[in-house]
Amino acid sequence: MTDLTKLTLAQARDGLAAKEFSAHELTEAYLDAMSAGRALNAYVAETPDIALKMAKDSDERIARGEARPLEGLPIGVKDLYATRDVHTQACSHILDGFKPRYESTVTANLWNDGAVMLGKLNMDEFAMGSSNETSWYGPVANPWKVSGSDEILVPGGSSGGSAAAVAARLCAAATATDTGGSIRQPAAFTGTVGIKPTYGRCSRWGIVAFASSLDQAGPITRTVRDAAMMLTSMAGHDEKDTTSANVPVPDFEAALGGDLTGLKVGIPKEYRADGMADEITALWERGAAWLKERGAQIVEVSLPHTRYALAAYYIVAPAEASSNLARYDGVRYGLRVDGKDITEMYENTRAEGFGAEVRRRVMIGTYVLSAGYYDAYYLKAQKVRALIKRDFDAAFEAVDVLLTPATPSAAFARGAMTDDPLQMYLNDIFTVTVNMAGLPGISVPAGFSGEGLPLGLQLIGRPFDEETLLKTAAHIEEAAGLDLAPAQWWK
Amino acid sequence: MSVDRDTVRRIATLARIRVKEEELDQLAGELSSILNWIEMLNEVDTEGVEPMTSVEQMEMKKRDDVVTDGFCPDDVLANAPRREGNFFAVPKVVE
Repeated sequence: MTDLTKLTLAQARDGLAAKEFSAHELTEAYLDAMSAGRALNAYVAETPDIALKMAKDSDERIARGEARPLEGLPIGVKDLYATRDVHTQACSHILDGFKPRYESTVTANLWNDGAVMLGKLNMDEFAMGSSNETSWYGPVANPWKVSGSDEILVPGGSSGGSAAAVAARLCAAATATDTGGSIRQPAAFTGTVGIKPTYGRCSRWGIVAFASSLDQAGPITRTVRDAAMMLTSMAGHDEKDTTSANVPVPDFEAALGGDLTGLKVGIPKEYRADGMADEITALWERGAAWLKERGAQIVEVSLPHTRYALAAYYIVAPAEASSNLARYDGVRYGLRVDGKDITEMYENTRAEGFGAEVRRRVMIGTYVLSAGYYDAYYLKAQKVRALIKRDFDAAFEAVDVLLTPATPSAAFARGAMTDDPLQMYLNDIFTVTVNMAGLPGISVPAGFSGEGLPLGLQLIGRPFDEETLLKTAAHIEEAAGLDLAPAQWWK
Repeated sequence: MSVDRDTVRRIATLARIRVKEEELDQLAGELSSILNWIEMLNEVDTEGVEPMTSVEQMEMKKRDDVVTDGFCPDDVLANAPRREGNFFAVPKVVE
């Protein structure tokens, strides 16, 4: 039999439906690939018993002709999602041993649609990072390497385990989350597709909170079609999340196909950052040319407050994080480090339990929310955020979708930016505006760097118009026609 | 905005994170560089702009004030670092 892990999610679905192989065989193929791929450190917990049990149920359903949309398809789950009785630690030391007695809404939706859980995926601690180097479980390796080099590169972050596992064929698809670029940046670094849906499209219930007004769940997949399949199952209104939107969920896969006649694509001029690498500029221009050839009209637009988005984000996100992470005190779950009294116990637990980046952000957040500074920082950032949103509203009066680079560069070497937090933050310069405005964004592989590393383009859409994003991204994917299977050096 | 050692100590206390004396200088440097960079927001004219508290233009959802979950103390306490009966146990708070 051919290697079943080579199949995309859609191909595996079709193969199962045609009874070319069983869910058990497909799951076993992935479990073998996971064992062989441990050098990547993509998984922090493998759940083979659960996977084989779910696959058996799927085979029975398929035999009875009762297959659900994702029946028997093996996926990985970012460690940020609560999975009942299974390791859920946001890759933090402070959640040591935590196994929730409940299931996140998004993963419950996936299991209800027949998906098979392979395990929990590595990530930056509490989703704070752009390189998957802040995880308590150690860094993830990017499956891609510079041609002719043995140097280990980062997979991006915070959903680095999700992106690496999908790129290396250690799962058919993965869940991820995006607060400032944590789906789209790792997708761009690994040659995978990542969509951050509109804020409110997927329930946040049961996902460990980082910055509640920015966090959103989404998938990382090998193809745009696979992303559409995953999103259709993950999305939906949930009464347990008051910010979950009560809007219908279309069959996103049905949005694919057709040409782009009449589509207006905006090129935001402010994204031409000073010192942008020539190959990123060339990729961007090539992407615009592809869309034009397929009937779209290219229009230059202006988003004047773009350059302030990252600074505003680094007030809003740490402020919300300092509040959300106040719950980790050694009382109800996870790590406890004793002290002479309860306050010292809190302080010792949090000192030992949080890594350096999380501590830094909690402290920044605490500072900007502290008495006397609230107006100068938090209120100011919220006003700038309103202006960023206003920029997008104006742009979307003239165009249907925006095209930008996904990242300022290809994947970089492990350790290259760990000593300079600000340099690391700049990785999200093209993605963070989208979270600030609550819009949907997708990163799609569009080319290779001169060194042979994948590069992505980003499309940004109107609220709840993921269909246009997916449809347009599929055209870029097809025009690029890339071979996105990295050499399997880890085997 | 430059942050000094005393300010770092004060923030650490507010955040309930123990910070060692020998870490204060490095943290002061890191926090200062981030806060200095954030200062660029002062260039933006936000006169008369309403602060954005939510990206969604929807009314706050409300539900009936009824119990929808509960009566599962073992689930609630399943992950407690220390438990006594149906309670989370912590160091003595009242002398």
